[in-house]
Amino acid sequence: MAAVTEQRSEADEPAVSLRGLAKVYDRGVAALGPIDLEVRKGEFISLLGPSGCGKSTALRLIAGLNQPSAGTVRVSHPPVEVGGRHPVGFVFQEPTLMPWASVRDNVRLPLRLARVSELHADRRIDAALAQIGLADFAEAYPQELSGGMKMRVSLARALVTDPDILLMDEPFAALDEITRFRLNNDLLALWRNLRKTVIFVTHSVFESVYLSQRVIVMTSRPGRIAAEIMISTAEPRAEDFRTSAEYAAYCRKVSAALLPSYPGQAGP
Amino acid sequence: MSSRDTPLLAQSASDGHVLRIVRVLLPVAVLGAGIAAWELVVRVNQIPPYVLPGPMAVFHTLVDDWGVLWQSLLTTLLTTLEGFAAAAIGGITLALLFSQSKWLEYSLFPYAVILQVTPVIAIAPLLLIYLPQHTAVVVCAWIVAFFPVLSNTTLGLNSVDRNLAGLFRLYGASRLQTLRLLNFPSALPFILGGLRIAGGLSLIGAVVAEIAAGSAGAGSGLAFRIAESGYRLNIPRMFAALLLLSAAGIVIYGLLALTSHLVLRRWHESALGKEN
Repeated sequence: MAAVTEQRSEADEPAVSLRGLAKVYDRGVAALGPIDLEVRKGEFISLLGPSGCGKSTALRLIAGLNQPSAGTVRVSHPPVEVGGRHPVGFVFQEPTLMPWASVRDNVRLPLRLARVSELHADRRIDAALAQIGLADFAEAYPQELSGGMKMRVSLARALVTDPDILLMDEPFAALDEITRFRLNNDLLALWRNLRKTVIFVTHSVFESVYLSQRVIVMTSRPGRIAAEIMISTAEPRAEDFRTSAEYAAYCRKVSAALLPSYPGQAGP
Repeated sequence: MSSRDTPLLAQSASDGHVLRIVRVLLPVAVLGAGIAAWELVVRVNQIPPYVLPGPMAVFHTLVDDWGVLWQSLLTTLLTTLEGFAAAAIGGITLALLFSQSKWLEYSLFPYAVILQVTPVIAIAPLLLIYLPQHTAVVVCAWIVAFFPVLSNTTLGLNSVDRNLAGLFRLYGASRLQTLRLLNFPSALPFILGGLRIAGGLSLIGAVVAEIAAGSAGAGSGLAFRIAESGYRLNIPRMFAALLLLSAAGIVIYGLLALTSHLVLRRWHESALGKEN
């Protein structure tokens, strides 16, 4: 059996560790790897690559939504004591909300599936909604919200189980620029306060540099790791980082590493 | 801004209002003109009522024979309701079972299709041989009406958002939780669409079976009244019974459409206003 997901925790163990991880789909299309990757506890990393480079596949394998063809995924987290706590939160590219349920009931879903008592759940839902700036919209329906707000609901739903690891699959790709910047800043603030491990999939060089401590640049089909670039800048980052020379330099460096991943184009 | 926008908005709102009135008035006007022309043709040509009764004669028959017709209407409606309930419960249950077991689906689905494509008017005489009359009529209504419920529910259960399904797996949802909290609500708009079709079809099934049964007595439905009046050359009563059947069909459809709207109005595209 190639796929093993072990769940144990030791002090300086990586939060996520991938060993020779690969995915070949049924039609024989090699989507990913093999790749090796370790993510430290509390680290914010981005997987950056062109469309169809297997970065979303990698995320789904880490979440256990798909089974790998080869290699292992190891997710380490402290033992779960409280009911309704779940070690992994997942945010999709689409908000992926239940249109028939209110914001509150959408956020309640993970707790409801874990059979957490109503009273206990309500307190955690309120906390998650407040965290994400949606306290006033608890009774609204997804149809009544803008794209950015739907994405916030999706994020609140991922946070309500107090996960150790947050997996995000191009969550802001469909939003307009101002909304995306705002959500970027809110996400950074959440990460600073909650100290989650975040694995963020994106195809935007600018977004990956702005958000993460480490950018993993991936090649096209099958997705392999082309480069790792550390973004070491003064924390906390704020909006003025976007316009700094340092930011521009990092973006140039990451773009250069990404360019060979696009077929038909020579490197710089 | 607002001082310029308001009259524009008011203008378009009153346009919409006028359009709605026109949409109601036009069919009513066509109906009125049709009835007037019908009465005129009958009177001018002095057509006898046993060939073509005028609308006034039909209306008088409706009032005079109300006692008989009302009883028949209730009988037909009861049959329709029983057939519809059986179709709704049977169709939804079968679709839920199919979604849980492919084996069951592969075994039974072809027979559901065969039952659907065989004309019910051809099955009805056989059913009347083997079943008590009332049961046979209800079974006919069921045969005609259950397939749209089954196929729509199946389609709905298969139209679940893949990522939402993934999320349910991620959080370790049980099969029953997934069915109750994800598959069933996702399928609801499709189920309601199926029920809307099934309502009209169960009336058709009941009518077909009643005509095939052709028996007299206290428990005879409207379709039987039509057949009976035909034999007796009581053409005005045929028209009156037909009118009631048609009205029953309209009411059934309206009630089901209203139910669907009320259930879905908060969230489904089909029930939301265009401004959303």
